[in-house]
Amino acid sequence: MAHEGGVQVLEDRVLEWRSYVRRRRAIDATDVDELEDHLRSQVADLQAAGLDEEEAFLIGVKRLGELDALSREFAREHSERLWKRLVVAEAEEEGADRKREAVVALGLAVAAALAIKVPELFGVRLDGSAAAEFFYARNISLLVLPFLAGFFAWKRGMDSAGLLKLVAPFLAGAVAMNLMPFEPGGSTMLLAALHLPMALWFAVGFGYAGGAWRDHDQRMNFVRFSGEWFIYFVLIGLGGGVLMMFTMFIFGAIGLDAEWLLESWILPCGAAGAVVVAGWLVEAKQSVIENMAPVLTMLFTPLFVLMLLAFLVTMIWTGSGIAVEREVLIGFDLLLVLVVGLLLYSISARDPHAEPGLFDALQLVLVICALLVDAMALWAILARISAFGFTPNRVAALGENLILVVNLAWSAMLYTRFLRRQAGFGPVERWQTAYLPVYAAWAWIVVLAFPLLFQFQ
Amino acid sequence: MDIGKDLVAASATPLVLAILSEGESYGYAIIKRVDELSGGELQWTDGMLYPVLHRLERNGLVKASWGRSEAGRRRKYYRLTDKGSDELTKQRRQWQVVNETLRSTPFMSYQLAPQAR
Repeated sequence: MAHEGGVQVLEDRVLEWRSYVRRRRAIDATDVDELEDHLRSQVADLQAAGLDEEEAFLIGVKRLGELDALSREFAREHSERLWKRLVVAEAEEEGADRKREAVVALGLAVAAALAIKVPELFGVRLDGSAAAEFFYARNISLLVLPFLAGFFAWKRGMDSAGLLKLVAPFLAGAVAMNLMPFEPGGSTMLLAALHLPMALWFAVGFGYAGGAWRDHDQRMNFVRFSGEWFIYFVLIGLGGGVLMMFTMFIFGAIGLDAEWLLESWILPCGAAGAVVVAGWLVEAKQSVIENMAPVLTMLFTPLFVLMLLAFLVTMIWTGSGIAVEREVLIGFDLLLVLVVGLLLYSISARDPHAEPGLFDALQLVLVICALLVDAMALWAILARISAFGFTPNRVAALGENLILVVNLAWSAMLYTRFLRRQAGFGPVERWQTAYLPVYAAWAWIVVLAFPLLFQFQ
Repeated sequence: MDIGKDLVAASATPLVLAILSEGESYGYAIIKRVDELSGGELQWTDGMLYPVLHRLERNGLVKASWGRSEAGRRRKYYRLTDKGSDELTKQRRQWQVVNETLRSTPFMSYQLAPQAR
C-alpha cells in the first residue's frame, strides 16, 4: 500500500511540475514531454539506488537545472516562440481540434459576410436612400453578432436550454427593431440602433461563458476577451485598409475604378467576417497577445489622468461650464466609458494578491477625476432637463451618467479601502464583475423600453 | 571538478555528436554516457542538453524522432545524420589542433604544478 501511495505522489508531483514548466513560453509541450521522460528516467534510476519517490523527484528536478536558466537557454534556441506564431496554433496534440475550430470559425465568418448582403436580395440596397441606411443602422448587429455567439455556443457545447436563452435576445432585438413603428431618423430609433450592439454583445458574453454568466471568473474572462477582440478587430481593420488602398491603386493603374467593389462588397463583408475571425483568434491565441489590453491600459492610464487633471484645472481657472449639446454629452459619456474601461482592464490584469502600489493610487486619482467630470456633466444634463423637459437623448445621457457615477463612486470607495489596507483587492474586482449586468440591463432598456416610453419619436 | 561554463559549452557539441556516432540515443542516456566517460568529472546541468540537441537538429546534424521507452513513455530519440558525421570529423580536427598546440606549450606542466606541491 505504501508503494501505491508513493506512485500516486510521484504522479501528482510530475503533473504539478509539468504545468509549472509549461507556463514558460520558450518551452513548448513537446519539450516538456521530452524533459518529463528525462525526469522519470532519472527518478527511476535514483529509486533503484534506494531513494524514495519524494527524494528521487526532488533530486531529479534539481539536476534538470534551475527553470529560469533553462527557459533562457530554450529561448535562445527557439526565439521564435517568444514571438509566437500568430496565425496557426502549434500545440500538436490538439491539432485536429484546432483545425476543426478554424474551419468552423472561418465558415461562420463567411456566413456573417454573406448575411450582411442578404437584405439586398430583398431590395434593401445601400445606395444612399435613407430607408436602406436606417434599415442597416437598426439591423447591422443582428446580421453579424449571431455568428460570433454561434461560434461560442458551438465551442462551449451548449445544451438546448442554453441555446434557447442565447437565441432569445437576438429574436427580441430583431422583433423590436423591425416591428416597432419608429419614426424614421427619430431619436428613439437612433438610440436603439446605438444600444443594440451593446445589448447583443452581452448576449455574445452569455455564449462566451457557455451559459454560466453568473460565474464572476467567466465574466472577467469575457471582459478580457472583449478587450482583446477589439484590438484584433482594429488590427484586422488596419490590414484591410491597406489591402483596399492597394486594390484601388492597382486597378486604377489600368484605368478601372474599383471603388464600387470596395464599398459594396469588400468593406461590409470584410468587416462582418472580421468580427467572427477576431473572436476566433482571441480564443485560439489566448496565450499570445493576451497582455495587449492591459499593456495599453498601463500606458494610457497616466496620460488620461494628466488630461483630466489639466481639464479640471482649466475649467476651474477659466470658470467655463460644459456646453450642453448632444455631441458634447455623448463625448463625455464616451470619455467616462473609456475611464471605466481603463479601470476594468487594469483590474482584470492585476494580480489580486499583490500589495497596493503606485499604480493603484494612480487608478484612484483617475477615478476621482472622472467622478468630478461626471458630476459636472450630470449637472449640465439636469439643468438642461429642468429647463427644457425630457427628451429621449437627455434621459439616455442621464441614465448612462448615473450608472457610471455609481460605479465610479463605489470603485473610489473600494480603492481607498484597498490602498489603506483595510480590505484586499478582491472586492474591487468583484464589484466590477457584479456591475456588468447593470450595463446590459440599461442597454436593453434603451432598445426595448425607450421607443414605447417616448412614442417612437 | 568544476569545469568552466565556456568550456562545457564549447565541448558539448563534439561530445554529443561523438556519443551519437555510437548509435541512436536519447537525452537521459547521453547524459549518463557523458558521466560514465568522464568518470563523473564532467557534470552538466541535465536540462541544458536539450537546447543543444534542438540546435543540432535545426542545423541538420542530428535527426530526431519520437519513439517509446521500455516503460512505454513517449521518448525522443536522436541519431547522427551524414552532415553530422562530417561535422564531427571537422570538429575532431579542430580539437586535435587545439590539443596539440596546448601540449607543445608549458600548459600541461603548469596544470600539474599545484598538485605536485
